[in-house]
Amino acid sequence: MSTDTTVDQATHDELPQFSKKDFTSDQEVRWCPGCGDYAILATVQKLLADLGRDPSETVFVSGIGCSSRFPYYMDTYGIHSIHGRAPAIATGVASARPELDVWVITGDGDALSIGGNHLIHALRRNVDITILLFNNEIYGLTKGQYSPTSPLGAVHKSTPMGSIDRPLNPVSLALGAEATFVARTIDTDRNHLTEILTAANAHRGAALVEIYQNCVVFNDDFAHAVTDRETKVINQIPLRIGEPIVFGPEGEKAVVADDDGSMMIVPTAEAGDRIVVHDPTRTEPTTAFALSRLSHNPTGPTPLGIFRAVEQPVYDDLLNDQVEAAVAERGRGRLEDLLTSGNVWHVT
Amino acid sequence: MQEPGPDARHDAPGSTNGAGGTRPTSVVKLHGAVIRFAGDSGDGMQLTGDRFTSESAAVGNDLATLPDFPAEIRAPAGTLAGVSSFQVHFSDEDIHTPGDAPDVLVAMNPAALAKHLGALKPGGTLIVNTDAFSRRNLSKAGYEANPLEGDDLEDFAVHEVPITDLTLRALADDVEEGLLNKKEAERCKNMFALGLVSWMFSRPIEPTVEWLGVKFATKPAVADANVRVLHAGHAYGETTEAFVYTYEVPAAPLPAGRYRNITGNQALAYGLVAASVQSGLDIFYGSYPITPASDILHELSRLKHFGVRTFQAEDEIAAIGAAIGASFGGHLAVTGTSGPGVALKSEALGLALAVELPLVLINVQRGGPSTGLPTKTEQSDLLQAMFGRNGEAPLPVVAVQSPSDAFYAAFEAARIALTHRTPVVLLSDGFLATSSEPWLLPDVDDLPPIDPDLTTEANTPDGFAPLLRDPSTLARPWALPGTPGLAHRIGGLEKDATTGNISYDPDNHQAMTDLRHDKVEAIAATLPPLEVDDPDEDATVLVVGWGSTYGPIRGGVNQARERGVRAARVHLRHLSPLPHDLGDVLGRYEHVLVPENNMGQLRMLLRARYLVDAVGHNRVTGQPLRAAEVADRIVALAGGDREDTQSTPTDQPREVPA
Repeated sequence: MSTDTTVDQATHDELPQFSKKDFTSDQEVRWCPGCGDYAILATVQKLLADLGRDPSETVFVSGIGCSSRFPYYMDTYGIHSIHGRAPAIATGVASARPELDVWVITGDGDALSIGGNHLIHALRRNVDITILLFNNEIYGLTKGQYSPTSPLGAVHKSTPMGSIDRPLNPVSLALGAEATFVARTIDTDRNHLTEILTAANAHRGAALVEIYQNCVVFNDDFAHAVTDRETKVINQIPLRIGEPIVFGPEGEKAVVADDDGSMMIVPTAEAGDRIVVHDPTRTEPTTAFALSRLSHNPTGPTPLGIFRAVEQPVYDDLLNDQVEAAVAERGRGRLEDLLTSGNVWHVT
Repeated sequence: MQEPGPDARHDAPGSTNGAGGTRPTSVVKLHGAVIRFAGDSGDGMQLTGDRFTSESAAVGNDLATLPDFPAEIRAPAGTLAGVSSFQVHFSDEDIHTPGDAPDVLVAMNPAALAKHLGALKPGGTLIVNTDAFSRRNLSKAGYEANPLEGDDLEDFAVHEVPITDLTLRALADDVEEGLLNKKEAERCKNMFALGLVSWMFSRPIEPTVEWLGVKFATKPAVADANVRVLHAGHAYGETTEAFVYTYEVPAAPLPAGRYRNITGNQALAYGLVAASVQSGLDIFYGSYPITPASDILHELSRLKHFGVRTFQAEDEIAAIGAAIGASFGGHLAVTGTSGPGVALKSEALGLALAVELPLVLINVQRGGPSTGLPTKTEQSDLLQAMFGRNGEAPLPVVAVQSPSDAFYAAFEAARIALTHRTPVVLLSDGFLATSSEPWLLPDVDDLPPIDPDLTTEANTPDGFAPLLRDPSTLARPWALPGTPGLAHRIGGLEKDATTGNISYDPDNHQAMTDLRHDKVEAIAATLPPLEVDDPDEDATVLVVGWGSTYGPIRGGVNQARERGVRAARVHLRHLSPLPHDLGDVLGRYEHVLVPENNMGQLRMLLRARYLVDAVGHNRVTGQPLRAAEVADRIVALAGGDREDTQSTPTDQPREVPA
């Protein structure tokens, strides 16, 4: 998706009023040294400054978990709420105040386990919120239990013989809920992260960004296949808008559609003209979903980038449009009229 | 005294004398009567009762109604489980309850008769639809023999009317011409019953004719058929000689003013809108459908021109979550549900308390535990409202006491929430929700303003301090996103009492816990003195109530006084904080009686808080308390009168030892 939106245009036309420092609160950051959250925090703080955003017009809502401490470190309006409920709370903020820039910070446990219901409903309603899902495949704050994205067989504190839960694929789930913007990026790739978050935030409607985020203490290097210098060139499948999906050091692998509509990886040399050209603006989420099935965990070839970016009516707009339409049609309500709207009789 | 006196207590002087049969009908003036319409769920009994209520309102009676219907939308036809009923009490006096027992029972089928005959007063009038008394229906209702044929009904004035047949005859031409099919024609039979009973009680049917025209505006054939059957029922009463008496209940001497009929759910929605208008804040109503609270969602969803935003959430948690978000955004945030929904919302309610955002949580209580009795009333969520959260989590609790009172209770809950920056639990119940009564409309100019007192500038030289409190209310400042320079973070972790930053300091947690307690207690200073109803100030028994027991307690105290017992009563609008003067009031009486539609929840609170030897009168049958049972209990406590105070077996409340 192109990022030359009106927001970006504005930054060209006028100097940003606020610096990264203006988005940084005075609270000491208390994540573990080396945690992937630091990079995401710094990226978001700089990004908002670069976009010319106003801290007073920005709201961060989070649930519970390591990542959910995020709002405390942003010098914006913020709510550190309860486990899993951030999308619901953010829905209320955005509905009441559609002009605000509302972000949700959540993790794999928060968004996909205890809060799974709220996530899918915020996505299918297309509430104008930007959801950053920090996926580290582990419960960090409770000290290392497997999460709903942990792979089968994962050995952690509560799974000494290996996990027997089939993991969720956050991108597939979001596309299943027909989210209008779905993307995946990595904490350590500052440029990609910035590019994806900029596009997500510019999107009108619900945007979900899955960010592979390293947990140095309980699940270190879980995404090494796509983050390590040696392996990432082999395993990262960059999704570039309008371009054929090829990857590998020499572009020697390609993504093509199989007969049943699923995607598969073949040598580029054998792909011919069957290579899928990436277009996240397709109305139907089918192709995006098929792409999301190329990987389940970042242990091999994994698509990164924007899977889907379509424009659909936005919930908070529709809600407020109905109010405006009712006022336009009936005039602003008067209490006296309401009380006397039934069958009224007089006693003298 | 049989037919002429639907209400023995109200029997007009000389009404029965000389009425014996020389004229087809005699008009008997009554002070009041109680009618119960009962039939199958598909028979339209709720609508029939509603229309009769409106007709009675039109003649100026005071009114109280008691709808009672199964949780199933369409239970199997003809079964006891499928019986739906609507009781209406109308009077020329000020009344407070839908009546303890009906004077007139309309039974549209055997199941309705089997279920409700026990409630009918001895000597009462029974109207039955004989066409429904087929062998099959009798068997579904558990009758081995047709009760109309034996002597089981000899205590009552029975009118056997072939209502279905007469309805079909009235519409024979329509069916023949294909304007209606037979099923549609038969469905009009509730209008026959309404026409007949309207004639019996001299109610005008014109309002119903008009109403049918509006309701079926797009189906003129159906409107026309219903009107014709309504007239047919009316004419049946007039022309057959089966009915010797008709009755008149004159207008009640209600205080002067404008009136309308209103249910509790509707009044509650209007009260929220009033608070919205008076505070200048738009309503955000987050809710998940649940009986018996859903009508509040329906009502508010129609009021978008008042700036109301309704959000039908994916679940109860999202409903309150979104309301919390909207409150943060500066709306008058409300979430409505019933007990099971409150259980789901509890964690989020604790969050609202911890972050000190205004929020009204409505609990339209129903029978529990678990799914319990979805359509039946109970007051058993008081302790849930008080204590149903983790941690030391005090909240204000406000209760509705009558259908129209829901307007004022909702307004009060919103006032407390907005001005004290706290979630407030507003307790209504299934009876209040669906019951209706005439409401003396307030003058909107008399409603007090509610000042949300939004913070727009930094409150210290060093910037915005989100926990710098108002010294009298202990309320924190409310600064909305979008306000320049006041960006701040709130959350469920314990906060430093001064800075609002996360704090795990031991002494700070004690201080914040004390502060949350004191903040709720500070509300008591804003409450008016209790109104104790003790006219001669010599009562020995004080009856303390809350919520929908208001009517039965008021009626019961009046009955006890008529029986020579000196009784007083006080009704609590605020359950938390309890009013400052309540301890003094309780201490002034020899006996304290607490009747409740639960097993003694307020009584437990009063005993714990005031060390008062309060006794209870407790019943949870899904039905409101009756005035007579409250009166019996008062009389017994006061040492008894020598009158017969025996109730029927079902009236025997289960005593809970104190």
